[in-house]
Amino acid sequence: MERTTGGLRLAALSQVARAAGLETGITLADARARRPDLQVVAFDPVADAAFLNQVADDCDRWTPLVALDPPDGLILDITGCAHLFGGEAAMRMRLLAHLQAHGLTAFAVVAGTPEAASAPARCGLGGLIPSGEEARRLARLPVAALGLPAATASGLSRAGLKTLGDLASRPATPLAARFGEALLDKLRRTLGFEDARIVPRRPLPDCLAERRFAEPIARTSDIEAALALLVEDVGRMLEARGEGGRAFEASFFRTDGVVRRLAVETARPLRDGPALARLFRERLDNLADPLDPGFGFDLLRLAVLRAEPLAALQIGLDGRANEDEEVAALVDRLSTRLGRDCVLRFVPRDTHDPARAGALVPAIGRADPQPIAPPEESLPRPLTLFDPPQPIEALAEVPDGPPLRFRWRRVTHEVARAEGPERIAPEWWRRLAAHKAQAAQEGERTRDYYRVENREGRRFWLFRAGLYERGGGSPRWFLHGLFP
Amino acid sequence: MSMTPAVSALRGLLAGLEAERLPGNARFFHLGAPGADGALGGPLACGALHEVFAAEAGDMAAAAGFALALAQRAASAHPAGGSRPLLWVRQASVEAEAGQLAAEGLRTLGIDPARLLLVRASSAEAALRAADDAARCPGLGTVILEPWGESKALDLTATRRLSLRAAASGVALLLLRPTGRPLPSAGATRWQVRSASSRPLPGDAPGAPAFLVDLLRHRAGHAGASWHLEWDRETCSFRDVVALPRPVVSVPVRRKAGHPAAGGAAPLAFRRAG
Repeated sequence: MERTTGGLRLAALSQVARAAGLETGITLADARARRPDLQVVAFDPVADAAFLNQVADDCDRWTPLVALDPPDGLILDITGCAHLFGGEAAMRMRLLAHLQAHGLTAFAVVAGTPEAASAPARCGLGGLIPSGEEARRLARLPVAALGLPAATASGLSRAGLKTLGDLASRPATPLAARFGEALLDKLRRTLGFEDARIVPRRPLPDCLAERRFAEPIARTSDIEAALALLVEDVGRMLEARGEGGRAFEASFFRTDGVVRRLAVETARPLRDGPALARLFRERLDNLADPLDPGFGFDLLRLAVLRAEPLAALQIGLDGRANEDEEVAALVDRLSTRLGRDCVLRFVPRDTHDPARAGALVPAIGRADPQPIAPPEESLPRPLTLFDPPQPIEALAEVPDGPPLRFRWRRVTHEVARAEGPERIAPEWWRRLAAHKAQAAQEGERTRDYYRVENREGRRFWLFRAGLYERGGGSPRWFLHGLFP
Repeated sequence: MSMTPAVSALRGLLAGLEAERLPGNARFFHLGAPGADGALGGPLACGALHEVFAAEAGDMAAAAGFALALAQRAASAHPAGGSRPLLWVRQASVEAEAGQLAAEGLRTLGIDPARLLLVRASSAEAALRAADDAARCPGLGTVILEPWGESKALDLTATRRLSLRAAASGVALLLLRPTGRPLPSAGATRWQVRSASSRPLPGDAPGAPAFLVDLLRHRAGHAGASWHLEWDRETCSFRDVVALPRPVVSVPVRRKAGHPAAGGAAPLAFRRAG
C-alpha cells in the first residue's frame, strides 16, 4: 500500500494476492471491494532499499562485482566466476536455491549484457540467453521490461509500440527525437548490440582469498584459525606481486544472509602473516558490538582493498630499519584497538595562526609529508592550547597594556611579568568566511597576545579579542594556553 | 679445564640476576645541571619508570614540561635518540583540563613535533594497556603515560610490570600525573614539580621554563633533595638556577613559605654555589 496523490494505492502484491486478481496501482478501496480479506502493510521504500542492500551483501559470495538495480533487482557480473560454481546454468540454480532458502522469490537470467539479463527478469522470466541471441529471444518482451520512466512507457504504448521487437524495427532517428537518446541506448544494450559494464557497489579489491565451509563455523577459535589461513593465502599472493596491503577487509557471511565486515588499516604496507593475524585478533577483541555468529558463518573472505609496492625487507646491520618497523607495527596495533582517530601525529601547516599551526592527523593514514620548514626564530609558544580559548576576567591598562590581574577558574592571578602585545590577526580569507557565518565572527577578531607570569611562577598565554580603537564594545579577554 | 654442570648452572643464574639488575645495553642520562647531578649521586637509567607529579593542579603544564625535558635528556643518551619517536599516551579527560598539546609549544622546548605520537585513551586502563604495549617497542625513544586522577589500575603490580618492560626494551617510561596523590609504585624515581619564577628576559618578560623540583624518591640514590632548575632549549639540558640576576622575586623565601617540605640539603647547595 502506498500513499500517493490519488489516495491510498497498492504498491506491491504478494503472490497470493496476485493470483486473486489484484494488481498494483489500484486504489485500496477497489482492492478491498474485490477481496475483503486483504491484508495491507504500509509501503516502506527505505526498508526495501536496506533489504536489497543486505541481499546484495550476501550476493558478494558469488562474485565481487554486484550492482544494485533498484527498486528490486541486482546485477551480478559473473564473468570468469561461473566455472567455480559448475558453469552458468549450475550457478544460476545454486543462486536461486540459496535465495529461496532465505525465503526470497527471485527470477534469474544469465545473459551477455547486464540489460539483456535484467529485462526478462523484470518480466518474471528466467533462463540462459546465449550471447548473440538477445535480439531474437527478447523481441517479444513488452517495452515495460526496459524499466523506463512512466511517461516514456505510456508514450510508447500510445504510439502502438508494445514490444521490444516493435521498437527495434523502427528507424532510430525519430525514436531518439521523440523519446530521447537514453531509450535507444537502453534498447541497444538490451538487445546485445552494445555492452556496458556495471559499476559495482563496492570497490574491487586488489586481491582476495576466501574459505567456504560445508558446516558453518561459529566458535571464536575456529574463526581466528580460519582468518589465520586466509591471512597466509593473502600474504603469499601479495609476496608474489611484490606488494603489501595498506587496508584489509574481512567479510563474514552468515548462513542467514547477514554479512559483517571488519576493516583493518596499517601504517605501512604489510604482508607478514602473524602481524596481520594479530591485528585482526585485536580488532575482534575490541569490537563495540561483538561478532554475532548466529547459526554460523559459511564463508569467510579476506580482501586487500589497497596495496602498495613493498620490496623484500632486508634488515640492516644496525637494526635501524627494524626499529622503524616495530614502531609502525605498534601504531597499527594501537590504531586498530583504539580507533584510527586516537593515534595521532603532528603535521605542520603553513599558517601564522598559532592555534592552527600544527594539525593532528591519524598516524596511520601516512601520506608523504611535505615538510614545511619551521621558522628560524620563533617566539615562545605554549605547550598546551585550549580549544576554544577559556574566557577570563582581566584588569588591564587601556588601550594595550598587559593585564595586571586576571581571574581564571575561580582563582585570581596577580601578574608579575608580562610580555606583549603580539598582535595576531586572523587570516583574511578566514575572516571573509567568518563574515558570512555571523556566529563565528567573535572568534575571528584581531587578537593581542600577552605572555604573562604570575607571582607563583606560572606562565600563561592570554589574549584580548578586538581592539579598543576599532570600538565595538569592551574587549573580552581569554586564556589560550599554558607555558611550562 | 672442564666446568661441572652445577657451576655452569650457577653462573647462568648469576648472569640472569645481573641482567635483571643491569641489562647489558643499559643507558643512563644526566640532567645536565652540575649542581643537581652532583646531588643526585649518579645518572638516571633510561630503561626505567620515572614518575613526575604536579605539586598542585595549577602546575600541570610545569609537570608536562618537566616530563618532556626529561624525555629529551633520556633521548640524548641514545646515539640515534634525537630522532626516535616519543609516544605520549593521554587519557582523554586530561585534554579538557590542561588543554591540547601544541606543536609550536613542543618546538619552543626544543622538541621536534614530528617525533611525537599522541595516543588518546578513553580510560586509565586503556591508557595503561597502550603504554604497556609501547614500552615493549625498542624503536621508541620515550613513552609518557598521562592518566587522570588516581586510578586503581596504576597499582604496584602495574607499575612493576611497566618498569620491567622498560628495563627489557631500554625505553624510558615517564608516568606523568597531573593530578592526584602519589600511590605506591615501582618507579625508579619520583619527582614533584612546581612552577618557579623564571629569570626575566630584558623588558621584564617571562624567561625560560623554570621548575622547582623535589625528588621525593630515588631507588638508586638519596631522595628528599630539591632544586631550582631551568630548561635550556638550545643545549637541551637543565641549568641550575643559582641566583637571580636581580632580586625581583625572592624565590627561596617563597618556596620555604609555600613549600615547607623542602628543607635540608637544597638551600645549602644554593648558598655554596652562589
